[in-house]
Amino acid sequence: MAKILHKEQLSENVVLMKLDAPLIAEERKAGQFIILQVDDDYGERIPLTIADGNKEEGTITIIFQIVGKTTDELSRMNVGEDVPVLVGPLGKPTHIENFGRVVCVGGGIGVAPLHPIAQALKQAGNEVITIIGARNKELVILEEEMKSIADEFIVCTDDGSYGRKALVTQPLKEVCEREKKPDMVIAIGPPIMMKFCAETTRPYKVFTQVSLNTIMVDGTGMCGGCRVNVGNEIKFVCVDGPEFDAHLVDFDNMIARLNSFKEIEHEKHHCYIDKLAEEKIAGGIK
Amino acid sequence: MSHLNANVLLEEAENLYNDILPRINELKVKDRIKIPVMEMPTQEPEIRIQNLDEVAIGYTEKQAIVEANRCIQCPTQECVSDCPVGINVPVFINHIAHSNFQLAIDTIKETSLLPSICGRVCPQETQCQLHCSVGKVFKSVEKSVSIGRLERFVADWERKSGGVKIPTVKPATGKKVAVVGSGPSGLVVAADVRREGHEVTIFEAFHKLGGVMRYGIPEFRLPNDIVDEEIETLKKMGVEFKTNFVVGKTRSLMDLLEKDGYDAAFVGTGAGLPIFMGIEGENLIGVFSANEYLTRANLMRAFEKMKADTPMYRSKVVAVLGGGNVAMDASRMAKRLGAEKVYVVYRRTEKEMPARVEEVAHAKEEGIEFLFLNNAKRILGDETGHVQSMELLRYELGEPDASGRRKPIVIEGSEYILEVDTVIVAIGNGSNPLISQTTKGIAVNKWGNLIVDENQKTSIDRIYAGGDIVLGAATVILAMGEGRKAAKSINQLLANS
Repeated sequence: MAKILHKEQLSENVVLMKLDAPLIAEERKAGQFIILQVDDDYGERIPLTIADGNKEEGTITIIFQIVGKTTDELSRMNVGEDVPVLVGPLGKPTHIENFGRVVCVGGGIGVAPLHPIAQALKQAGNEVITIIGARNKELVILEEEMKSIADEFIVCTDDGSYGRKALVTQPLKEVCEREKKPDMVIAIGPPIMMKFCAETTRPYKVFTQVSLNTIMVDGTGMCGGCRVNVGNEIKFVCVDGPEFDAHLVDFDNMIARLNSFKEIEHEKHHCYIDKLAEEKIAGGIK
Repeated sequence: MSHLNANVLLEEAENLYNDILPRINELKVKDRIKIPVMEMPTQEPEIRIQNLDEVAIGYTEKQAIVEANRCIQCPTQECVSDCPVGINVPVFINHIAHSNFQLAIDTIKETSLLPSICGRVCPQETQCQLHCSVGKVFKSVEKSVSIGRLERFVADWERKSGGVKIPTVKPATGKKVAVVGSGPSGLVVAADVRREGHEVTIFEAFHKLGGVMRYGIPEFRLPNDIVDEEIETLKKMGVEFKTNFVVGKTRSLMDLLEKDGYDAAFVGTGAGLPIFMGIEGENLIGVFSANEYLTRANLMRAFEKMKADTPMYRSKVVAVLGGGNVAMDASRMAKRLGAEKVYVVYRRTEKEMPARVEEVAHAKEEGIEFLFLNNAKRILGDETGHVQSMELLRYELGEPDASGRRKPIVIEGSEYILEVDTVIVAIGNGSNPLISQTTKGIAVNKWGNLIVDENQKTSIDRIYAGGDIVLGAATVILAMGEGRKAAKSINQLLANS
C-alpha cells in the first residue's frame, strides 16, 4: 500500500503522482520500474517506470498517461488515498558510466523514465544532448527539468506547435552526422519511435539503448508475458531488461505482442467509462 | 476409468457401511481385501467445466470409514517410509476406521502441517500408495488404500467441526527469521520456526499469499479458501506477512540479515522462470507460458471475466504442450474459460506422463483430447501475428534414456498441421535468478538452483533454502519436506547462538 502524497496534471492525459514508498525510494536506481494495482482483488498489474525518487522523503514519483482502465482509475485517485498494490523497484538499473557524448531521446510520456537516466548520465560526467518530442505543445512534459541537465537541448513537436516541427529522429540524425559522433544514444518513448530511432542510428553504428514497456503480470520473471526477441534470443523485459540494445530488438514482434489483448482492454475501459457516466447521471438526478 | 455419479457412489458406500458396521471389530484381512475401493465423488463433468469449484467433492463419513477399513494394518508400513514427511499412516487410518476423527487428524499433524492441502495435491500413487500391501494383492496401485482421500477427509472434518487447533508457541526468544516466499516450503518453515518462539516474517512478492498454491494450482483442484485458512492459522500463531515485497529487489537478502536484524533466512522462492520450446512462432500472439495463463486465471481472477481487469485471451481451439500436472491444470482451465476444443500434446505415451493419474482421468472426463507421441515443430501465424495453426511431428518410443523412460524418436516426414488459435507451453520451469543475482557468493548449480547441504543450508551461513528453488520443479509435498528439514536446522542454529 502506498499513499498518494502529491498529484499534478502535466497535460490532458498525463498525470504525475508522488507516492509514499520508503523502501522503493531507498533501493531504486535510474531505469527501474514498479508494478501497481488499483484494486487488491480484481485489479490488473501494470508496470510504470520510476520517474524520480527521494530517499530522505521516502517517496517515488510516477508519471503516467491515461491509456486504459487502470491508468484511468489511478488518475481519478486523490491525494491521501492509498494505491493498494505497489511493488518494486523491478528490472535492472541502467548501466551508467562516463561514455563521453550521449544523446537522450524522449518521446511523449517516455520523457518521464528518461529524466532520471539523463540525470545520472550527467552526474557521471557525460556531455548530454537531449532531444524531446511530442505530438503537440500541450503534450510536452518535463521540459524545464530536462533542459536544466542538458548541455544541448532540442525540443520538437509533430505539428510544429512548439519548438522544431520535426520527429525526434530528424535532430537525432543530424547529431549522428556531426564530426564528433555520439558515443551512446538512449531512446525512450512509444515503440514505433524507438524502432525508428534504432533505424536512424544503425547506419552510424552508434550504440543505442531503448527501454521497453511490454505486457507484464508478475514482473519477476515468472510469467514470460513480457518476452521479446533480442538478437534472436528470447529475453524477459522484467528481469533481463527493461533496457536492451536497440539494434538487436525485434520491434515489429514487440509491437504486435503489445496488442495481444487490445480488443478486450478496449471493451473493459469503455465499460468503465460508461459506468462512470451512468453514475454521474444517476448522481445528477438525485 | 470413466466418471461415476456421486450419488451412486454414496449409495454403494452406505450399503457397505451398513454391512460392515455390526462386525467392524471382527473384520479379518480377507474381509477387508474384499471391500471395494471407495472412489472419490466428483462434480459431473459437464457441470464442472462451467465453474471453478473443486472437482472432487470429498468423502462422506461413511465413505471414509468404509475406505479406512480396507487397510489391513500390515507390518511393512511402506506407506510411512514412502511419505516425504513420514506421516504415521496406519495409525491415522485405524482411527478413521473406528470413527475417531479427532485422533486421526492429531496423528497426521504430528508430522504434517498442511494436510488439507497435501490430501488434495500430493501424488499419492507414487508415494504412500505406491507400495501399499492391499494394492499389491491386486497388483494395482489403483487398488491401494486411498490414503490421500482419507487424509483430506479428516483435515476437512477438522476444519468444518469447530476449526483448526492453533499450535502452541513457546515463549519469545527475541530471535528473528525471514522467510522468502509464501509457498508450501515457506509456510512450513514459518510454522515450525514460530513454534519455537522465534519471530517470523514471510516476504511475498505478490499481493496475495500462498505462492504456487495461489497463482498456479487452480481452485478446482485446491480452493483458495483452504490456503487462506492455513495462512490464517499462521497469522494466529503470530507470523507476520509482508506482501508486495520482492526480496532481492525491494531489499537484498543480505540487508535483511545485516541491516534489518534477522538472525536467519529461508529462501523458498520456487521455480518460476518458464521454459519455452525454442521453436519458430513462439512469440506470436496467442502463445503463453502455462505460468502466465494460470496466473491470469487464478491469482488475477481473470476467470471472473466481468469483475477482473486482467484480460484473458479468447480461445476457441487450444493446444497445451507438456504432460505434467501444470499441463493438466492449464488445459482444464482453458476448457473452463470457454475453449471449444483443447488438446494436450505430449511426445511420449500416457504411461510416461508425469501428471497424476487422477488429473489425467479428470481431464479426459472433461473432454480434453490427448495427442500422445506428438510434438510441436513450429507455430504458424496469420498476417496480424496471431496464432493460426501448429505444425506437429509424430514420434515413436525407442530405448530408455537417462530418466529410465523410453526415449521418443521423431518419425521423419510425419509433419501435419493442426488448426489452433492458442498455444500454452507447459514444459517446465527454470530457476528464478532474482536471489542468486542479488546475493553475492550464494552457490548455484548449472541450472541456477541454489545448492544446499544435508541441513538445507546454502553456501552462506544463516541462509537456508528449500522447495523448487533447490529441487527444480517438484511437488508441494517435497517442498514441505525440505521446509521441515530447514526449519529444524534453523531452530538448532538459533538455539545454539
